[in-house]
Amino acid sequence: MEMTDIFGRLSWADLVLLDVFRSPSVDTAVSSGAAWIMVLGAAAVLVWLTVAGRWGWLWRDWLTTVDHKKIGIMYITLGFIMMARGIAEGVVMRSYQATAYQGGAFLSEEHWAELFSTHGTVMIFFVAMPFITGFMNYLIPLQIGARDMAFPVLNQISLGLTGTGAALVMISLALGGFETGGWTAYPPFTGADFDPGPGPDYWVWSIVLSGFGSMFSGLNFAVTIYKMRAPGMDYLKMPVFCWTALCTSILLIFALPPLTVAGLMQALDRLLGFHFFTNDLGGNMMNYANLFWMFGHPEVYILILPAYGIFSELTATFAAKRLYGYRSLVMATMSIAVISFGVWLHHFFTMGQSPSINAAFGIATAIIAVPTGVKVYVWMATLWRGRIRMTTPMVYMTGFFILFTIGGFSGIILANPAINWQVHNTQFIVAHFHNVLLPGLIFGIFAGIHIWFPKAYGFRLHERAGTITAILWIVGFAMTFLPLYAVGLLGYPRRSAAFDDPAFLPYMYVSLTGAFILLAAFCGLFVTLWISIRNRDSLAVPLGDPWDGRTLEWATPSPPPPWNFPVIPQVSSLDAFAKEKAEGKPYVQPAEYRDIELPAPTSAGMVVMVSTTALGFALTWWIWWLAAAAAFGLVAYFFVRSFFEYPHIVIPAIEVQRVNEAWIEALHLCTPVNRDHEDDPRNRGHAATDMAIAS
Amino acid sequence: MSQETNVHPGMNLGYSDGEHEAEVKVFGFWVFVMSDLVTFGLVFAIFGTMAGATAGGPGPEDVTDLKSIALQTALLLGSSFGFSWASLSMKYHNQRWRTLGWLAVAATSALSFLIVEAIDFRDWYHMGAVPQRSGYLSALWALVGLHGLHVAGGLVWMAAMTGQILRYGLTDQIKSRVTRMGLYWHFLDIVWIGIFSMVFLAGVA
Ligand code: HEM
Ligand SMILES: [Cu+2]
Repeated sequence: MEMTDIFGRLSWADLVLLDVFRSPSVDTAVSSGAAWIMVLGAAAVLVWLTVAGRWGWLWRDWLTTVDHKKIGIMYITLGFIMMARGIAEGVVMRSYQATAYQGGAFLSEEHWAELFSTHGTVMIFFVAMPFITGFMNYLIPLQIGARDMAFPVLNQISLGLTGTGAALVMISLALGGFETGGWTAYPPFTGADFDPGPGPDYWVWSIVLSGFGSMFSGLNFAVTIYKMRAPGMDYLKMPVFCWTALCTSILLIFALPPLTVAGLMQALDRLLGFHFFTNDLGGNMMNYANLFWMFGHPEVYILILPAYGIFSELTATFAAKRLYGYRSLVMATMSIAVISFGVWLHHFFTMGQSPSINAAFGIATAIIAVPTGVKVYVWMATLWRGRIRMTTPMVYMTGFFILFTIGGFSGIILANPAINWQVHNTQFIVAHFHNVLLPGLIFGIFAGIHIWFPKAYGFRLHERAGTITAILWIVGFAMTFLPLYAVGLLGYPRRSAAFDDPAFLPYMYVSLTGAFILLAAFCGLFVTLWISIRNRDSLAVPLGDPWDGRTLEWATPSPPPPWNFPVIPQVSSLDAFAKEKAEGKPYVQPAEYRDIELPAPTSAGMVVMVSTTALGFALTWWIWWLAAAAAFGLVAYFFVRSFFEYPHIVIPAIEVQRVNEAWIEALHLCTPVNRDHEDDPRNRGHAATDMAIAS
Repeated sequence: MSQETNVHPGMNLGYSDGEHEAEVKVFGFWVFVMSDLVTFGLVFAIFGTMAGATAGGPGPEDVTDLKSIALQTALLLGSSFGFSWASLSMKYHNQRWRTLGWLAVAATSALSFLIVEAIDFRDWYHMGAVPQRSGYLSALWALVGLHGLHVAGGLVWMAAMTGQILRYGLTDQIKSRVTRMGLYWHFLDIVWIGIFSMVFLAGVA
């Protein structure tokens, strides 16, 4: 048997870890160094798991669980791990550009291209997506009064598929390297003629496989929201976050297929010599551009809508007011979701359409700004004359308000095809999309973490550390990215390896400084966590309602029990919990308790993750036997599995009663605190509501 | 959301908890089919843009064998017809052998469809109408192949359903699965009608 029968086209030369020893240079030191950091980091985790005897814990409590809350936490953890890589790459890239005057930079141009490609791919698909999917997982069932998702096992499988995608991108760091065509990976540059691989193959399989996971998540969330709401919760009594989650889910269901189709056609071109996007024999790369952005534009709303949901809950809760204009907000969200399917062409105004087509898409794009503007006014009106607590979430909100509006305005400018022709493909674009992604999506996520971390873990995050970190994010963002608007207008192209105009230099230095502040801000998150864990006793809020919350999840202990609610709540209004508190009778107790059935743990998600990772890896490296074995194993597993009754575990009524009554008793023993004491140890999660304005 | 207003009419499960569960699952499957329809729609659209991209190679006149296409259509629709009878006998008679008999008809018919389709693919290969030849042929193979793969997947599913019916009988769980499988099966028919008319008939018209 030949080596290629066993290992495909994989050879020792592909081991990036050894590059620095083979040809020592700064360039290889950076790439090998990154690979070593990843390998050693993974090894350290494995050693720790073994030494601390944590394998059983990891497997039983996390990897095989189907509890939506734990799955949500795992998504967010994955997002943070990948973000560490994304941020590191961002800082290296900024350093690169600060030294790129007249081509003097310290990395090869190829390496630079690989950096912006992995950075973009990682940030969008394996940071932003896991963050929002994690939030939706954690919050949807709790907010609509359900015990779990409609399809708990499918939910776990979605997580497995996301893990597959992330694993493939990480493996590429140590074996063979990633593609160099940006996160959009346009052929023919990424076609087999120009790049035989393995980089574009890694991209294809990590995107396609994780894409299936995202599509199934969307399906699961949408069905859950349509079919599992607590009795009495009509659509217009749903929390706003659930509305944004519903719209995002619908977008996931319809927008992921174009990405899958584009990815698989690209794979057919690369592996079997088809001619979908090649330069010759009738291939047409414009088909790729259209397919990619039919996904790509809805994708930006997939990411931002849940963040809007978080900001909406945040304004209402931390201004202690009912959300102003709930219905307008719902309508705005729905309009955005619908219009977002009709604007994709604005990503390639310059690629040969007629002026009238460009005009049509330009107008459609500008129209999206209207519902978005409605939202900004809704939040402003909610804050107006509220009793605002200027704590960490509100600091993020402030940063979001100011900075996101700038990002939105630059978007409206870009919607005009005539202006777009001038600034497309410049740093102006880089400034624009970071301007909406960071202050919009990422700030929303971090604010959300400050709000819901106490729900998940039973203690608050340290306020001072949180605020300082938030301010670092805001300042760091402004310094890193606002200057890029200016260099963009001065004519500096994006993705370019070098520049000749010394006028860019000052901006580059400011931007580099900003990147280091952002790095510090990222570390600040972990410092905050560390300080909070050390002070967890004085920060404890086990009673579940530290912020005087309005929606159902706050009417549970922190952390909530695996079954969420002792009995499924009966809902009669919007913000049901706030209303109960205002009327002076929160925590309605069940008349009788019943046994609760929960789905049992399963290894399905891990089976999917391991087999699809093997499949993607094998197809990347042409290891045909492994690809066949992985695909066959996957089908066989589900075939056999379908013959077994899916097991449930039963929580006896008496146990439910015991847990619930212990919590109620603790509530009675604890004096409720008002908002003046939100941040001191007296806040144990029992809120004294401000009745005058809570309704 | 009272349960009575939501019960699924297709299965005769009675008004039990299982009814709500079945309702959720069938609805979820509708959503999946919708997403799959978008996938097919996109591949159709790509085929549309590549219909003329023959690059001097074989075109629609060369690859269309109307007799074979007619036969395939009859076989696939026949399979769907058999499946309808399987669903009806499951709902009204609740007899496992009757249901299994119709499932066997559906499966045989679909397997024959796949064989005839495979013969077409072989003929294309021999006349040099391979996907590596042109954009048009790439799109043709991808579109017809994607549908064929769906049918093959459906056959594996049907094999699993047969085994489960043998083992458990027509339980509520199985009824719900057969109902979902039915959605999938009829959906593939509709896609085929699209292929039949837009790819083959329009190609030689
Ligand atoms: C510490 C923060 C960050 C820094 C320093 C940073 C820096 C950069 C740089 C230098 C580029 C290349 C620009 C060029 O083409 O000339 C880039 C591209 C990009 N970044 Fe970031 N970034 C950061 C955070 C993020 C975040 C949070 C996201 C998304 C959630 C993101 C998404 C992207 C995307 C999609 C690209 C485009 C990649 C491509 O050209 O294909 N970045 N970033
Ligand atoms: Cu867009």
